Amino acid sequence: MTALGQTFLVGVLFLFMLSAPTFLSDHQTHILIQILFFAYVSSCWNILGGFAGQLSFGHALFLAVGAYTSTMLLLQFGVSPWIGMLVGGMLAGSLGLFIGYLSFRYGIKGTFFVLVTLAFAEIARIIALNTSAIGGASGLYIPIRGNDFWYLKFVNKAHYYYVIFGLLLVVLAVTAWLERSRTGHRLIAIRENEDAAQALGINSLRYKLLATALSAFLTALGGTFYAHYVTFIDPSTLLNMNLALEITIYSIVGGIGTLLGPLLGAAVLVPIAETVRTELGHNYAGVHLVVYGALLMIIVRYAPEGIIGLIRWLREQWAKSRSLPTHHTSEAKP
Amino acid sequence: MSSALILQAIVSGLLLGGVYSLICVGLTLTFGVMRIINFAHGEFLMVAMYATYFFAVGFKLEPYAAIVVVLPGLFLFGVMVFYFLIRPIQSRDPLNQMLLLVGLSLVLQNGALALFSPDTRALQSSLLYSKIELGDVIVGTPMLIAFAVSIIVTLALYWQLRFTEFGRMIRAATSDRGAAELMGINVNRVNMLSFGMGVGCLGIAAPLMMPVYYVVPDIGTFFILIAFVVVVLGGLGNFVGAMLASFLVAIAQSIGALFMPGSTAPVLPFLLFVLVLLFKPEGLFGRTSR
Repeated sequence: MTALGQTFLVGVLFLFMLSAPTFLSDHQTHILIQILFFAYVSSCWNILGGFAGQLSFGHALFLAVGAYTSTMLLLQFGVSPWIGMLVGGMLAGSLGLFIGYLSFRYGIKGTFFVLVTLAFAEIARIIALNTSAIGGASGLYIPIRGNDFWYLKFVNKAHYYYVIFGLLLVVLAVTAWLERSRTGHRLIAIRENEDAAQALGINSLRYKLLATALSAFLTALGGTFYAHYVTFIDPSTLLNMNLALEITIYSIVGGIGTLLGPLLGAAVLVPIAETVRTELGHNYAGVHLVVYGALLMIIVRYAPEGIIGLIRWLREQWAKSRSLPTHHTSEAKP
Repeated sequence: MSSALILQAIVSGLLLGGVYSLICVGLTLTFGVMRIINFAHGEFLMVAMYATYFFAVGFKLEPYAAIVVVLPGLFLFGVMVFYFLIRPIQSRDPLNQMLLLVGLSLVLQNGALALFSPDTRALQSSLLYSKIELGDVIVGTPMLIAFAVSIIVTLALYWQLRFTEFGRMIRAATSDRGAAELMGINVNRVNMLSFGMGVGCLGIAAPLMMPVYYVVPDIGTFFILIAFVVVVLGGLGNFVGAMLASFLVAIAQSIGALFMPGSTAPVLPFLLFVLVLLFKPEGLFGRTSR
């Protein structure tokens, strides 16, 4: 595809996304919001897990920090969630720095980093369950107050849609910048071979910490959005291991370490989850994870580069089959 | 705080440690020795518990009788999982194997949710109420049996890994795959059988737990984190270390429950885990048996 064609396609898609709530039903908008939300959170995860290559199963923790911080600031002091969002992001970023520093400083990576992130999320879950000041096991409700932009409260789902769409554009821009910048290249070098990267003079601790803090900060912004969209937060839905795994799965199924992978993963998987949920009802919440798990197994086994990898492969095959007949003549020319 | 209460907490902790130890023995083999990050271990336990439940209800027998069926069943299940899922991607990054097993655990856990509903299922076993009283301390008989068996199974696996020909093969296959193959060891077969054994251990754990525990589809998530903590604390691949770590973790929990506010005691194993990973990554009990 030519560069012009690509720009045109992206433009059309952008216009479609921008106008989508005007012609979609409320339920369809809700599904689209969920796709964008999970695409957003998974993109944030992807900065650490995909680009820096440090798999975290504890990203639900950063989501929860964002959700709880902004909600508590709102309920206790009437602080706008927009400010709460930034405060939550900074808290989560600091927490990410703390966990990252502890782990990377002592050479914990791979499997053990996965286990450390899980352990921290579990510690947070138990503490949140037992802290009545933040609602304990029964959670926190956010009062509904009609349309109020400053308090991130809307009657119409379309407004929430634009908020999460904007957030997604931000994380996509950050990721696109990472893909092209020296920082991103250094992260990828660390992922591929940390010893070699260090031998080339890359301070791997510094870059891994940067990725962790950035990833945690952005994830927490999504947590604030979640809290105000759902208007209810509690430890067992937010600090849930399966939620953390879901976040991971969207990136891996779509294409880990790629710009659009998490978006593709969420676009394919979330509608499946939604269908299962509406067909089976609330009692069976979680059954969609059978499909997620099976797809994860298939992707890991047969297509480790995810849907993006499959698309690339198909395009190569297509290009090959087109260029074959004219191949010899074009090469013979001087 | 009376001393009887603390004594009871220590005894209860020891008994709970026996249950943890039963669950962790298999993970010590698959994760500790073979270095396969067996994220589906908790779900294998869940499968074994449902199998025990339906066996005991179906045949109207005590759950212990289920060992006859569940132990070989779980062993075969483990062998099949290794053969069809893990073996084909053995040469890849270990994180790939982990993700595959995460996928399997999601399928098993939520498959059970779809099949059996989220209802809790418990057996009406007469064993539940049988107990031994030692002065002020009460010991439940099923827990005592689980405790005793956990020690036997741990020692048996330790002995097998250290002193039998098959144990030597497992150690050789995991320390240097290529060299082991050159020595004429069929590495794939050895790995397949030892993964089967690691999963099979849950076929002993589940029947011993079912008189006291109930089973739900997500019971695995409750135990898997503790199990990873214990295996790392014990020093990867160290059976006796894992057993001691089980006791330590469980006693910390039950004593913590007396002194800590609300039900925050369960954070102790994870705090301990993070601290040990940071400052003594070889585990609390070294790695003497590797």
